[in-house]
Amino acid sequence: MAETLAVPVRSGRADRRRRLWRRFRRRPMPMAGLVLVAAFLLLALLGPLVTGDPSAQDYAATLAPPSGAHPLGTDDLGRDALARIAHGAQVSLQAGVLSTLLAMVIGIPIGLVAGFYRRWLDPVVMRLVDVTLAFPFLVFAVGLAAIIGPSLKGVVLALGFSQLPAIIRITRGEVLAIREMDYVAAAIADGAGDRHILFRYVLPNCANPLIVQATVAIPAAIIGESTLSFLGLGVQPPTPSWGVMLTTAQQYLDVAPWLAIWPGVMIALATLGFNLLGDGLRDVLDPRSGR
Amino acid sequence: MSLLEITDLAVHFDTEDGLVQAVRNISLTLEEGEILALCGESGCGKSVTAMSVPRLLPPGTTKLTGSIKLDGRELTTLPEPELRKVRGKDVSVVFQEPMTSLNPSFTVGYQIAEVLRKHEKLSRRAAMDRAVELLELVGIPAPRRRVKEYPHQLSGGMRQRVMIAIAVACSPRVLIADEPTTALDVTIQAGVLDVFRDLRDRLGTAIILITHDLGVVADIADRAVVMYAGRAVEQAPVAELFARPRHPYTLGLMKALPSAAVNGRLAEIPGMVPSPMSDPDECAFRARCPRAQDDCAASRPLLVRQAADHVAACFHPGEQP
Repeated sequence: MAETLAVPVRSGRADRRRRLWRRFRRRPMPMAGLVLVAAFLLLALLGPLVTGDPSAQDYAATLAPPSGAHPLGTDDLGRDALARIAHGAQVSLQAGVLSTLLAMVIGIPIGLVAGFYRRWLDPVVMRLVDVTLAFPFLVFAVGLAAIIGPSLKGVVLALGFSQLPAIIRITRGEVLAIREMDYVAAAIADGAGDRHILFRYVLPNCANPLIVQATVAIPAAIIGESTLSFLGLGVQPPTPSWGVMLTTAQQYLDVAPWLAIWPGVMIALATLGFNLLGDGLRDVLDPRSGR
Repeated sequence: MSLLEITDLAVHFDTEDGLVQAVRNISLTLEEGEILALCGESGCGKSVTAMSVPRLLPPGTTKLTGSIKLDGRELTTLPEPELRKVRGKDVSVVFQEPMTSLNPSFTVGYQIAEVLRKHEKLSRRAAMDRAVELLELVGIPAPRRRVKEYPHQLSGGMRQRVMIAIAVACSPRVLIADEPTTALDVTIQAGVLDVFRDLRDRLGTAIILITHDLGVVADIADRAVVMYAGRAVEQAPVAELFARPRHPYTLGLMKALPSAAVNGRLAEIPGMVPSPMSDPDECAFRARCPRAQDDCAASRPLLVRQAADHVAACFHPGEQP
């Protein structure tokens, strides 16, 4: 046994995190994803502070090509495209994170309770989930936009609710597996109550697939926000959003193509970044890859 | 009064195929500081008998009758919230699978501390200090370092010791060990059995050891109950049982031990265990028994005193066939 080695006292938790990071760092694609996500966060959080007012109009320079004053050019109202990209990143981040958060906050408890207690609740919840999954997302979003009006709030609600079924389903599936685990039986034998088992045994052990799901849900929501805004169902002008920018750009595609390129590239890179990161996390957190 | 008194315990499971009679009217006692072995082959009802004590059987489908008294307190009618205070405190269990019986998301120290905080209302810090002591008690080297480790950082033998540490954390009156060494290497087995012996000697814990391994029984138990088809067929102090087995089933188990092999071949018991669904009024072992006669089919043999403290349920309890 290795007990004779003078190993310094270290926390198991920190140790585990270090090992996961070592495993993660060795993979080029997830690292690229991490870099992209970090760049996206930086742009969304700090970009708006650095760039100017995204709504400042300059009629002397409408549809101007990229230049020193406007690195990404200007749009039809002479607004700086870079400033609008940066502020648009903020909107995308909000839509992605808030809607995912909303889905998790509502979906995880429902999945936990349905999977843990079963009885009549589980079939009812799962049939509702099936029905929701069968409903086209855009139709749902259009309906919601009609009710609460097109806005960021509407986008977050529509995206959040459209992610709900997936979250409930994943949580429930994990709970079904975990409640049969030997360590849950052992916890019952030690006198643990239901609540204790749910929060100390079931929830922590289904966290990994949920973390991975979040990295899939966030980019999907970013695309969803752009789609809805592009269609005029989401964020409304003059608030800059990558989707709104694309709507404007498509009218001037032949005279000012740079207006379409950058929002498109941003959407692609942000989505790619989260997806690569998610793939990497799934590989690292998967218990079957030798924990 | 004995520490634990099980009287006329019957456990039936309601399944889609009908009523499965897992345990059929068993009675046994456990004294303080005693190590009692429940042995028999798979499906004989030994685990179900033991798990009835803290009532760790599927609640919806289990039909339990009879009486289980711990220190004179009836457990079978205890409501669930009261029972939760008994589990892990007065009666605790060590399961068979050390590899999967610990929560992978928390350190082993946290998991030991958890039961102490629940049952003994210790503070977080006091519980952690006690966890280190407990790891030391079950023979884990460098316990100060090990408390901070996760289950996946420990070997199977180590994890089984952690399971035992959790089980004995609140100094239970009765410890139920369900095949505690089956999943372990032979070399580790002896160490784990030593831990049980040590706990009994130091803490006076009474232990119900569920096993099909008569080698383990001979090694550690004071008294053994041999079960067959949901009933106790023989019960005696271990030395007496091994010296003078009366029931042909007990004898068959002993002949199946590797050390008893003749010409390098283990003697198996021919035939199959009877169905747990039906219970005809005859000796359940009759079809497999070398001593079977007509009277074995006529009625079921009851446990009869063979010697002091030695009972067996057989019409033909000859000392050797």
